[in-house]
Amino acid sequence: MIRQFGPTEAWFIIAAVRWTLLLSAIAFIGGGIAGLGVALARTAPVAWLRLAATGYIQLFQGTPLLMQLFLVFFGSTMLGSGVDPLVAAAIALTLNAAAFLGEIWRGCIQAIPTGQWEAATALGLRHLARMRYVILPQAGKIAIAPTVGFLVLLVKSTSLASIIGFVELTRAGQIINNVTFRPFLVFGLVAIIYFVLCWPLSRLSQMLEQRFGTVRR
Amino acid sequence: MDADRIISMEAVDKYFGNFRALHDINLEVSRRERIVLCGPSGSGKSTLIRCINQIEHHDKGRIIFDGMEVGAHTKGLDKVRREIGMVFQSFNLFPHLTVLENCMLAPMKVRGIAKPAAAALAREHLEQVRIPEQADKYPGQLSGGQQQRVAIARALCMQPKVMLFDEPTSALDPEMVKEVLETMIGLAENDMTMLCVTHEMGFARSVAHRVIFMDQGEIVEEAPPEEFFAHPASERGRVFLGQILRQ
Repeated sequence: MIRQFGPTEAWFIIAAVRWTLLLSAIAFIGGGIAGLGVALARTAPVAWLRLAATGYIQLFQGTPLLMQLFLVFFGSTMLGSGVDPLVAAAIALTLNAAAFLGEIWRGCIQAIPTGQWEAATALGLRHLARMRYVILPQAGKIAIAPTVGFLVLLVKSTSLASIIGFVELTRAGQIINNVTFRPFLVFGLVAIIYFVLCWPLSRLSQMLEQRFGTVRR
Repeated sequence: MDADRIISMEAVDKYFGNFRALHDINLEVSRRERIVLCGPSGSGKSTLIRCINQIEHHDKGRIIFDGMEVGAHTKGLDKVRREIGMVFQSFNLFPHLTVLENCMLAPMKVRGIAKPAAAALAREHLEQVRIPEQADKYPGQLSGGQQQRVAIARALCMQPKVMLFDEPTSALDPEMVKEVLETMIGLAENDMTMLCVTHEMGFARSVAHRVIFMDQGEIVEEAPPEEFFAHPASERGRVFLGQILRQ
């Protein structure tokens, strides 16, 4: 039985945007919090913290996001009761985002001139106070543009959650395509919706880069 | 005399990789003493003062500041550093904070002084370096000379026992050198203990008790300024002075 592609079908796809946005938001916020921890560990004076953070980043940057999704989803099923696809996707994307944001922010922290570290050290500020009052406020400024840029990537990455059965934008498109057999129309619409979400963010990232991209001394 | 000693360095060596930056440095500094370190570039004079507050860690020998030995593994180095003011060649003011906030940060976060008291302290020292009117500006809005005076005020706000100056006028345009040197002379008149890496020989002559001449990581000679400038004892000192004075 083939259904026509009508307003109901289109609305089904458009309404699924909220799940894409929810998943993106969870992963971005969760990944941001964990990513700050990763960035701080990466730049810590304690060797084993640096090592642990480096290992974490390499693990998540060196394996496909899809495998991470599978491992969290099927891994949690193996451990006992099956986990909700949203929860699995949120966990996997958060862990992944933490690694990438951690590495982006490490770069921003290390971009602050050594003279700033030295001046703060000479005044008797300890490592965490130095970070909080001197380094992070400056690094935060140069981190804004690449962070928004990463958010664009993250929104698009949520489409992989469709594979473990989470009905977000891409999965909604697959469902409608399965009953209408209008792949070009359906996935064209899906692509346009992603573009509408991501294009303003990309523009914002470019504008922010022009504004905050350089370290002022 | 011993109670009057604030810094002592004994047989200090420092390496950067295979490069020997300091070799067998022995130096005693008394309270209220003012020392000028000079020497060709790469001679180790900056490294020497950076070892005193352990911005650089030495590899051999002992450094004792006010009765406490310091080194790479010393616990609570921050407690030593807060007693030592440092002024850098490139100012290193915090660009995201106003002049006043630059001066208030360490007193509040290191000494735990309340905000109004820290602000009062900051204004007092900005007055001392004669730029109280710039308190609410950001460092980027100031001239180099003004920035360096703020950096001096920032260090003074910690009420340090010693001030270290690492080529404080080398990054300045000539017309701004004077205002910074005058500020430093003001400190000298208040009996501040000072170690200055500088090539400003006029400054050395007027305020230093001792000039230390370094070359290739070693202290080659030390003498009162009038003696060093008139009759350097070493050949290397003579060559160096010849080059400096020709400028």
